[in-house]
Amino acid sequence: MQTVMNLLLQESPPNTDAYMVAGYIVIFGVMLIYLVSLVIRQRSLSKDLELLEDLESGKK
Amino acid sequence: METKPRLLTIIDTIAVILMIIATGMVFFYAPTEAVMGNAQKVFYFHVATAWVGMLSFIVAAIAGIAYLRSSDRKWDRLGLASVEIGIAFIFIATVTGSIWAKPIWNTWWTWDPRLTTVTIMELIYLAYMMLRSGIEDPDRRARFGAVYAIIGAISVPLTFFSARLYRTIHPVVIGSGDPSAQGTFDMTPRMLQTFMFSLVTFSVIFVSLLWHRVRLGKLAEKVEQLKLKVMA
Repeated sequence: MQTVMNLLLQESPPNTDAYMVAGYIVIFGVMLIYLVSLVIRQRSLSKDLELLEDLESGKK
Repeated sequence: METKPRLLTIIDTIAVILMIIATGMVFFYAPTEAVMGNAQKVFYFHVATAWVGMLSFIVAAIAGIAYLRSSDRKWDRLGLASVEIGIAFIFIATVTGSIWAKPIWNTWWTWDPRLTTVTIMELIYLAYMMLRSGIEDPDRRARFGAVYAIIGAISVPLTFFSARLYRTIHPVVIGSGDPSAQGTFDMTPRMLQTFMFSLVTFSVIFVSLLWHRVRLGKLAEKVEQLKLKVMA
């Protein structure tokens, strides 16, 4: 009852800052992970390509 | 790998600048919502990521149609790139939606029509990735992927309109919705500006990521072809 009264009588917005912070950690975190995954995959493929090109030139 | 096109560098730079401005607008320009408090600020990027996710799946379907018509592998690369980005962004939208829901609905999750359809949509595209990884022949993989992406795209309008067609507690900010929706709010001009700016920002980010992912796909294809050549 007291909680309901407090909610009804409150003048300032409720403190939901923690949820906002959590939300933005997820947004930036997942985007960063995706970006890093792109970079890692690109580097790994570039290395593979280099190696395969060496192998191919050795074959000739 | 081919040198990075100048236009891509420009798009990357614009994306970073827009992201900084959008983040600044969310935290320092948009007012705090009176009922929900600062948790409402999650909404700006939550909707923008959902928009990018749905746009990705539509692009994948268009790429699928283009592949089936032309059999040009570039459309397959575009489709795969688009689905991968869509999965990541729909994941962000789902998790941030859940975070927002806790203080507003007093629960992390409920099987509301919108939440259910978005989960089904995400699972459909996760299955798309699994399907592709199970097919070795590149042409067959591309053909199956194209057909799957076209059929899977049906889930996009279903998800988008679910909050408008069915009785739902998920708020519809634009175009009104069910009056029983929990968490609906009227946007002030500053909120609307921040919201629109976020949509534009994430659209640019989508173009940038898509281009990078397509280039990666091209490189992967080159490696795959060279591997076959060396092994022969």
